[in-house]
Amino acid sequence: MRRIITMTVNNRPGVLNRITGLFTKRHYNIESITVGHTEIEGISRMTFVVNVEDERIAEQITKQLNKQIDVLKVNDITDQAIVARELALIKVAVNSTVRQEIYTLIEPFRASVVDVSRDSLVVQVTGEPEKIEALIDLLKPYGIKEVARTGTTAFTRGAQKNAVSYKTPFII
Amino acid sequence: MAKMKVEEQRKQRTKMSGALMLIEALKAEKVEVIFGYPGGAVLPIYDKLYDSGLFHVLTRHEQGAIHAAEGYARISGKPGVVIATSGPGATNIVTGLTDAMMDSIPLVVFTGQVASNVIGSDAFQEADVLGITMPITKHSYQVRDIQELPRIIKEAFHIATTGRPGPVLIDIPKDMTTVEGEFDYEQDVHLPGYQPTVHPNHLQIRKLVEAVSQAKKPVILAGAGVLHANASNELRQYAEQQNIPVIHTLLGLGGFPANHPLFLGMAGMHGTYTANMALYECDLLINIGARFDDRVTGNLKYFAPNATVAHIDIDPAEIGKNVPTKIPIVSDAKEALKELIHQDGKRPDITEWLAQLAEWKTNYPLAYKNDAQTVKPQKLIEMIYELTNGDAVVTTDVGQHQMWTAQYYKFNQPNRWVTSGGLGTMGFGLPAAIGAQLADKHATVVSIVGDAGFQMTLQELSVIQELNLPIKVVIVNNQSLGMVRQWQEIFYDKRYSHSLVPNQPDFVKLAEAYRIKAFRAKTEEEAKEVLKQAFSLSEPVLLDFHVKADENVYPMVAPGKGLHEMVGVKPCDESLQ
Repeated sequence: MRRIITMTVNNRPGVLNRITGLFTKRHYNIESITVGHTEIEGISRMTFVVNVEDERIAEQITKQLNKQIDVLKVNDITDQAIVARELALIKVAVNSTVRQEIYTLIEPFRASVVDVSRDSLVVQVTGEPEKIEALIDLLKPYGIKEVARTGTTAFTRGAQKNAVSYKTPFII
Repeated sequence: MAKMKVEEQRKQRTKMSGALMLIEALKAEKVEVIFGYPGGAVLPIYDKLYDSGLFHVLTRHEQGAIHAAEGYARISGKPGVVIATSGPGATNIVTGLTDAMMDSIPLVVFTGQVASNVIGSDAFQEADVLGITMPITKHSYQVRDIQELPRIIKEAFHIATTGRPGPVLIDIPKDMTTVEGEFDYEQDVHLPGYQPTVHPNHLQIRKLVEAVSQAKKPVILAGAGVLHANASNELRQYAEQQNIPVIHTLLGLGGFPANHPLFLGMAGMHGTYTANMALYECDLLINIGARFDDRVTGNLKYFAPNATVAHIDIDPAEIGKNVPTKIPIVSDAKEALKELIHQDGKRPDITEWLAQLAEWKTNYPLAYKNDAQTVKPQKLIEMIYELTNGDAVVTTDVGQHQMWTAQYYKFNQPNRWVTSGGLGTMGFGLPAAIGAQLADKHATVVSIVGDAGFQMTLQELSVIQELNLPIKVVIVNNQSLGMVRQWQEIFYDKRYSHSLVPNQPDFVKLAEAYRIKAFRAKTEEEAKEVLKQAFSLSEPVLLDFHVKADENVYPMVAPGKGLHEMVGVKPCDESLQ
């Protein structure tokens, strides 16, 4: 099962190392990590997407992370109402005949073209990972040269009404 | 006004070098002994140590230093302090750090590091010590700014000794020991990410009291958490109040008196039949400060299959890690036990259960066949037990001799037992005895080691001789890596691959080379004689016992089996012949 874990950590040297090291030591698989500053100086925020066998291991991960001195707060937000977003840059091979077609294709995704060259263009898209997967699939037939994805970053929503019903985290 | 004054005082503080700060901090922490080994990167620290008045023990290997610190911590209840130099000095303590991490031993370890401006350049004696030790320390620091050093040391002592204890490492680049800064050691420790839960949740305590009152077959499994919390008295009081039998883990031994009628012995792979059957049959299992290690539980599928599990632990991550737990109590063992005693719940009616346990105890005691023509290792431990009235501090390595000691040395007091449990480190026992003796100068310290493990750290005999520590080193010499040999006999068709060492050195001569008295014994009679002689001397003595070489440790739960599937329960069990 897929879990989304967010945490705030002291922005100290080696802290990312501590956390990824812990995942290695305990044999947990990381699907993605995002890290960035928060509104408080010296404190960073991380979002992890991990794949675990069961609830027990999900609980262990949270507990083990909590034991780290530099970890201030850990939340497994999978079962809450959340906003989860990822950004992807997709370089697509194009020629003059299909260029316009791609513009039309990406429009419903609210994606934009951020770089254009003679034989390729770069599409930027933001959204939940499923949406990004869908766009990549659509663009595949044109020839994808490169993809760069940030991994999921997530937040709990302001209102947590019916949180339990948000069992599938990526459909928002 | 007062605040301004304090500020002023702070400003007036004289500047001092990082090395001196370290010395001052150790004095402020009332450190009695430092175990260490100098080298290039820590020269400024050793220079300040020279006339500091602090007591430093120069071990002959950094591994010896850290195991000695562990032994000291285990007996004194205070953190062990270690200094090692950069590179190889630091990598030599890796085993000890892991050992301390597994067994929750409080240590504060200082490692030298190459100067800040060459870190990352593969400089002479540089190693990424922070990177290497991250998974084997409770926490670690590298000093990057001299102004941080006092805070870091203070935090390190706090983290090592509170919550679930463990080793904390401080890596100090050489320039940080010479550059000057203001020394402020008065500041409070402020660690928002580290707030151990010490007091139990009332609701969970009520649940446990209720479960106890309903139980028909309750049992307590007590681990080293009881010892770390200094809760032996409370454990005894609670067990007696509720009339619940007690089982110990290997590391917990001594937390509950071995001669108490409610004591069932040690659990696990080489535990007593009664303890293991009690764990298998119980309907309520109260784990206090143990972590359900695989050597204790055997195959988890068959572990306490009918029991409601309650688990008291200061480390929430241990609860539910291996065994599903109905009543989780995150708390210091002493606080939880005090609360349970205070609740004074309804005593369960367990007459039948006690009768069953008594029957097992009588019918399936620990037993072995004696043979006075040789030294039976079990008999040897019993003789040591009798000679020391069960009051000695005993240290061991890992393996057969460790299991025999755990089985046959009956610990009636807490904090007398120093062994490498979780990591199972050969070479632990001898240096650990040095630390233990320094922690309790009046104690009789016996270091029981195997002939193989002894040779991993025997250079520390030098320290024993130099400080004239009256440690009795007992070598259970079976000319083999005994436990490896035993497993090869049982599980690998007697193919003794690299486990037999018939050409061991003359340990008596070896000890004499270190100017330590030594005796050898090959029969029970000789053993009795040399033991008497050794324990009458107030100086170090090494004893080389040529024990029956092919003796195995029984009873035993084979790997992958449940606790109820013990073999070798009776000495004459045919499966053993």
